[in-house]
Parts: sequence; structure tokens; C-alpha cells
Amino acid sequence: MILHISGDPMALLMPPDALPSQVEEMRRSLGLDRPLWVQYGLFLKNAAQGNLGVSYHHGQPALKLVLERLPASLELVITTIIISLILAVPIGVVAASRRGSMIDRASLLGSLIGISAPPFWIGIAFILIFSVELQWLPSSGRGTFAHLILPAGSLALYRLALFIRLVRAGMLDVMTMDYIRTARSKGVSEQKVVYKHALKNTLIPFVTIAGMQMGSLLAGAIVTEKVFAWPGMGRLFLEAIGVMDFPVIIAWALVTATIFLTVNLAVDVLYVWLDPRIRHEK
Amino acid sequence: MSVRTASMNGLSETPYAPPKARFWGFEYVPAERQLLHSFLSNQLVLVACVMLLFLVFCAIFAFWIAPVDPLEQTLRARLRPPIWEERGLSPFYLGTDRLGRDVLSNIIYGLRISLMVGFFSVGISLLIGLALGLTAGYSRGFWETAIMRAVDVQLSLPLIMVALCFMVIFGQGLGKMIIVLAIAGWAEYARTVRGAVLSIREKEYVEAAHALGFGPWTIMVKYLLINAITPVLILSAVQVPRVIMLEATLSFLGLGVPVTTPSIGLAIARGYQVLFSGSWWASIFPGLALMFLVACINIVADWLRDALEPRSREQV
Repeated sequence: MILHISGDPMALLMPPDALPSQVEEMRRSLGLDRPLWVQYGLFLKNAAQGNLGVSYHHGQPALKLVLERLPASLELVITTIIISLILAVPIGVVAASRRGSMIDRASLLGSLIGISAPPFWIGIAFILIFSVELQWLPSSGRGTFAHLILPAGSLALYRLALFIRLVRAGMLDVMTMDYIRTARSKGVSEQKVVYKHALKNTLIPFVTIAGMQMGSLLAGAIVTEKVFAWPGMGRLFLEAIGVMDFPVIIAWALVTATIFLTVNLAVDVLYVWLDPRIRHEK
Repeated sequence: MSVRTASMNGLSETPYAPPKARFWGFEYVPAERQLLHSFLSNQLVLVACVMLLFLVFCAIFAFWIAPVDPLEQTLRARLRPPIWEERGLSPFYLGTDRLGRDVLSNIIYGLRISLMVGFFSVGISLLIGLALGLTAGYSRGFWETAIMRAVDVQLSLPLIMVALCFMVIFGQGLGKMIIVLAIAGWAEYARTVRGAVLSIREKEYVEAAHALGFGPWTIMVKYLLINAITPVLILSAVQVPRVIMLEATLSFLGLGVPVTTPSIGLAIARGYQVLFSGSWWASIFPGLALMFLVACINIVADWLRDALEPRSREQV
């Protein structure tokens, strides 16, 4: 379906002075002269065998091209998730346990800014501050750990803000539960109540959200990959759009969707394992 | 009454404490007055609302407010810094971009595009979602299954990915963008509306309405729809900033509106190209403006959710 709507790849693949007969020959060799439903049938048949077609532009299997770029993207996404989790959980817990304090207000204001700022703009601001002005960190490319800091940091800001709000809200909610009152009344220290009883129960629903964020990060990282010239799947996808390289576009969409769905499934399984209440229902 | 200590509660899910009885002189406080009270007692929300109105005003009257035409290229004034810097040039208060276009005017017209996209595409997905959600909730059986399976499929994919793929298929354009974002967003409405409908369709008074011989339309609109309004309102308030952000992202990637449209995302993308030559203003100011707009909407949306649904846990 996608193949025919938004443009003719021939116009971009062939030099403008190519003869019509040459264009037709190229079209035939790529199978683009057949009726749409035949193309789609062939696509489904091949896709089921793991063959998503050959990139018009690179001349290599599209799936292989995308999978080659996958590690770079995963590196970025996993670092982002780790950064935001490590920072968000303590900040959220402290904010919730000292409600109304300066720390609480600062974390709320910070998280408001974090969820309101466009991630790609944060990336640009980071480049301006840390690369252009201070010249501390490289602004583009992949390689050393220093290359990873700015892209992961700018991508993490939004999730960090989101996670802080969620941990804080979850903690406040759990703290009103009866079992917290029970724990307090039997003389458990406040620290133990917060970290052992409350935090544990807060983090269970949190697993779902963190997992879903990981999937959407993979798609959302495209902008960050563009800003920092990070050689991940997203950049490949953008390049493919530029030259209407449909096999690569489709391969990207399928790989991203597959990872997203796999992570979600894993999270659901993990959730049941973590929360015995669900296991014992029914 | 701890309204003051929770002055940040536009951001939190602080349950709204209804005013003490003696404050109003009677026990029962109507919902609208509670809402008004919580609104007036929350300075942050008040400020955000005023700011939001100001931005909407600017967007509507962009033609009179913007100092120059945002697309006009003044070639003698290319890459001029903001007015307070040495090379600044009046009337380009926030500087110009590489082709000599005014950054401030671009921002004002860009906010207009952002608000338009946010308003219309959320409106359209609301209508689609409301219709399908009501249908699914009211008529069980085949239609419910069909609609809810479609919802599941769409919600099982990241929003940004759905929007990206649609934009690749349909190509650039403001109208297309609004439609695509509307299609990408309807599923959440359908799920919310169906949930609200299911929770009351078995109630006695709905049964009574059936028994009295009211037709399905009357029941749907008079009983079921009314009950779905609060969650739909809350969802819309959360969706608008999300859609605005998505529009900016897609435009930044060059997949959103055409380059001749003064969009914030495009302005940031153009500013990014001249970032390394020291022209920071062309990308930083549009982003700040967008952040400001989204923050204002987020504050109001959070407050609305807290005030209307005190028990609600934060949704992502």
C-alpha cells in the first residue's frame, strides 16, 4: 500500500537524462511494474521468510541495513532509560516524603519544564552550551562515552521529568494505604516504611511505564539521532525517506514495532511475576 | 484547608480539598463553584491561564502583532542577532535567520500553527473517538469487538511511529498533518469513552430509561455521553500539548508542514543549521516559545485533572 502513494522512486533513482526505456528496465528489475496487489502479495510472502526486499539506494537487504544500525540505537535508548531511572527514583521518593518542601517544589517545577521542552530543542541547547560555548563534549558522532553523554542526556530529560512525577504520585498514593499505617503503628522506622514498604509497591506499576517508554523511545530517538548525527536506525530511516527507499522504511517500521511489542510483552510477564496479587486473582 | 501549601498542586495529583462548610455557609458546594474556587486559589494556574490566553490572542491577531511578515526575506539583514546585541537591527527584536526572516514574527505565526494543529486534530480525534467509543460501549457484540480490536492495534504501537508512517505515506501539508495526528489519536478517546459508558450502562436509571421506552439515541446522548464528558475533557487537555509537540517534531524532521509554513519546528530546524556559526537565537527562541506554550497548557491540564478527578492516578 505504501509503495505508490507518496512519490515515484524512479524519479530519484535515475539520472534526469535517462531514457524512458532505461527507466522502464529499472522499474521492471525492481518489480515495480507489476500490479499493486501482486507487489503486496510478493511482499507478504517474502516478509514471512524474513526478506523485506533490497534497498533501492544501498543495494543491500533492507533488514540487514536496519539491524546493522540497531546496536547504536539500543545503546542510546538503554543509556537514556538507565540515566532517567537512577535519577528519578531517589528524587521522586524524596519529593514525596517531604511534601511541600523546597525539594518537592523544585522537583515539580523542574519536571514541568522537562515534560514541556521539545527533546530535539534540548539537544540543540545542550550542543550550544556544552559543545560550542564550553567545548567540553563532542556534538556529533558515536564512539567514546563522551559522545554518548549529550544525546542520552537530552533524550533522558523528558523521561526523567515523567518518571519523577510518576514516582512521586505513586508514593503519595501508596503512603495512604492501610498497610503503611499498619507498618507505622507496629513501630517500623520511617525510613524502613518509605524504602521497604512504600517504594517497593510504588515501583511495581512503574515497571510497565518504564517498559513502554523504552519502546516509544526507540521511535522517539529519531530526532535526537538527527540532531547529534548519531548513526542509529532513526537516521537510516530519515535518509531512506529522503530518497524514498521504501524497503528500508518498511524494515525500520517492522523492527521498531517488533521491539516495542516484545518489550511490552516482557513487561506484562514481569509484572505478573513481581506482583503476586495478580497471579492469585481468579 | 491546605490550598496554600499545595500551591504547586497544578502539578501534583493532590486531592482537591473541598472548602469547609462554614466557608460557604452551607454543606453542599456545587461542582462548578468548587472548580472556580480551586482555580482562583491556585496562583500558578491563574498565571498559566492568563499567559495561555495571551498566547492565543497573539496567535489569532498575528497579522497585527507580528512586526513583519514572517516569510519576508530581508537580505540586507541576514543572521542579525537580537536587538540588544551590537549588530541587532530594528524591527528584528529577536534577530533574523539565514535568509533574513524575522525570528519573532516566525514565532508568533508558528504558535498560531501549533495551536491550530493542537485544537483541530484533538477536536477531530475527539469526535471520532466519541462516536466509536459510544457505539462500542452501547451496542455490545460485533461492533464492540471490531472497534476495540482496532483500538488495541493502534495503542500497541508508539504514537510517534504511527504519525511518522502516516506522514511518509501522505506527504507534507498542514491539513494532512491535522488529519494524521487526529487519526493517530482517536484510539485513546474511544477507549476512555467506552470505559465511562460501561461503568454506567448497567445502572438502574439507565435501565429505567430503557423501560420507559426511550430510544437508543436518547439514552446514548442523555445518559451515556454526559457521563463520558469529564474523562474526555481531561484527556483532551493532556492530548493538546502532546499533539503540539508531535507537530513540532515532525516539522523539525521535515515531514510535517511544507517549508513555506511558519512552523516552530521548521524554525528550530533552520536555526539548527546555523548553530555552529554562532547564530544561537534562530533555534533557541522558537524552542523557548514552544516550551512556554506547552508548559502553560500542561499546568492548566494538570489542574483540570486534579480538580475534576481527585482520585485519578497520573496517566502517561
